[in-house]
Amino acid sequence: MRSWVIRLAAVPVLLWAVATLCFFLLRALPGGPFDRERAAASREVEAALRARYHWDEPLGWQYLRYLGNLARGDLGPSLKYRNHSVNDLLAQTVPVSLSLGALAFVVAMGLGIPVGVFSALGRGGWAEATSSLLTLLGVCVPVFVLGPLLVLVFALGLDWFPVALWGGGSRAVLPTLTLGLYFAARVARWMREGMLEVLRSPHVQAARARGLGEAAVILRHVVPVALLPVVSYTGPMLADLLTGSFLVENLFQIPGTGAFFVNSFFSRDYTLMMGMVLFYCLLLQVLSLATDLLLRWIDPRIGS
Amino acid sequence: MSGPASSPGRLALGRFLEDRLAVAGIVFLALALLLAGIGPGLLGVDPDRAGESPLAPPGAGHWMGTDIHGRDLLARVLVGLRISLAVGAVGAAVSLLIGVGWGVVSGAAGGRTDAWMMRGVDLLQALPTVVWVMLGMTLFEARCAGWLAERWPAALPALRLGAMMICLGSVSWLTMARVIRGQTLALRERPFLLAATALGVPPVRWFLRHLLPNLSGVILVYLTLTVPAVVLYESFLSFLGLGVRPPQASLGTLIADGASQLNPIRVRWWLLVFPAGLMALLLAALTSVGEGLRAAFEPRGGDGPRA
Repeated sequence: MRSWVIRLAAVPVLLWAVATLCFFLLRALPGGPFDRERAAASREVEAALRARYHWDEPLGWQYLRYLGNLARGDLGPSLKYRNHSVNDLLAQTVPVSLSLGALAFVVAMGLGIPVGVFSALGRGGWAEATSSLLTLLGVCVPVFVLGPLLVLVFALGLDWFPVALWGGGSRAVLPTLTLGLYFAARVARWMREGMLEVLRSPHVQAARARGLGEAAVILRHVVPVALLPVVSYTGPMLADLLTGSFLVENLFQIPGTGAFFVNSFFSRDYTLMMGMVLFYCLLLQVLSLATDLLLRWIDPRIGS
Repeated sequence: MSGPASSPGRLALGRFLEDRLAVAGIVFLALALLLAGIGPGLLGVDPDRAGESPLAPPGAGHWMGTDIHGRDLLARVLVGLRISLAVGAVGAAVSLLIGVGWGVVSGAAGGRTDAWMMRGVDLLQALPTVVWVMLGMTLFEARCAGWLAERWPAALPALRLGAMMICLGSVSWLTMARVIRGQTLALRERPFLLAATALGVPPVRWFLRHLLPNLSGVILVYLTLTVPAVVLYESFLSFLGLGVRPPQASLGTLIADGASQLNPIRVRWWLLVFPAGLMALLLAALTSVGEGLRAAFEPRGGDGPRA
């Protein structure tokens, strides 16, 4: 119980550390958010801009001001999209990215777990050969190769799905597959490994010796135990899924956080970039806490 | 069995050689290294020289066709392979140094230090690493590149690449640290290490002489598995325009160029298929070798006590 309190308490500390590091590292970069102003703004305009965003204060004050706003959940105004606050931009883009991520996660688990199970059960036969080849391919074809290839075949060639953009129904298919297949292959490989290990363990022999049918042995006694490593890999996998979704959003022109994330870096939109980094840190911390709780609930031996 | 007594390493080698996929991977890797090493020299075509026939399909003059500037794609793919392999190798080496150091200290210290160090790994695992790589590379650009450009302009591209390798390595060591720490914790309680501790062997010697040889298998396995991860990461950065800069090319930048040429009117498949195919084969070979090594060093079938 105590370790959970510590972990929860560590989240704000972590966010503070990330915010501090990010703040000062970003300021150490060359260039600033007001460098790309069209034409030469008059000196007065520039001074007014700087004053408006408190850019004329010493760095320490700016930092304290940022932390103060952050504590109240205000991520400040975007320095590039002047009419929007970072909170606004996040509220517009995060739901899109999250739905893409969630769909891809469902594909990864829904496809990966059964493939892993069947390939472990069909050991030595064609099922294993096919699935291990496919999963190796899935792990080795990068998202940014798979995406264009899927578009080439299914959108340009067969005309089954739209080429780009995001929306319900058929629009979601190609981006979801592009992001999800890679992770499905990874899940399938973990699942297969877990299955092979559990199949050898004494409790499975005992279940067979009691005369249980093969289906019952597999479904009740093997699969749940073999799921453990998959669940424990979920945390790191979600982090990778997020990084991958930046790419997929770029490829398919999806109006999620991905495009903003990379652009905010190049346009030195400090507040937007920090807002995104902090948001993702929080999200990943929450998800990894949730994964650990889930794992502990499934397997009471952990942490005792 | 006749012949010399089998050492654990020899047994592992035997198991590894039985894995056909892994052996095929090793053969492919050797070929790829050879190609990357002497291929560009043998071919004798300047990968950066613009030619008269842009976007020519594969043919007699250009075996893999040419890109939008008329540069020979084969020459570019060979050079790109060289850079991707170098990035993978150096990045993995950096991650090895940090990961083994962190893991051994954490595992050997134990107790509170161990708990804090592992908590640190957990936290880092839950951060978007791409941010740190972007920041690190831009900082290098801002603080060192200008200074270098004045004094030693010829070395700038190489150093820029080096900065990227170090950045990539410094975000890829977490799995290594975790595994090494686990192994160290387990080995620490074994009689021979307890004896070494009791005899007062100094820490450096304790590590180099007694612990490291017993970790070498695990280190080799995770080193092999880190290389494809770093290669993939580099290509991801290059695809976003953050990695290797033109006119230098890696497999990642070549794939990005190829993907940008995809359109429904004219399909220039060679621009995407050759670099992407080579990349996929390379990653498949590295992964299968890594997994073959892991199966060889961590036999889980029957013999030996189970954890």
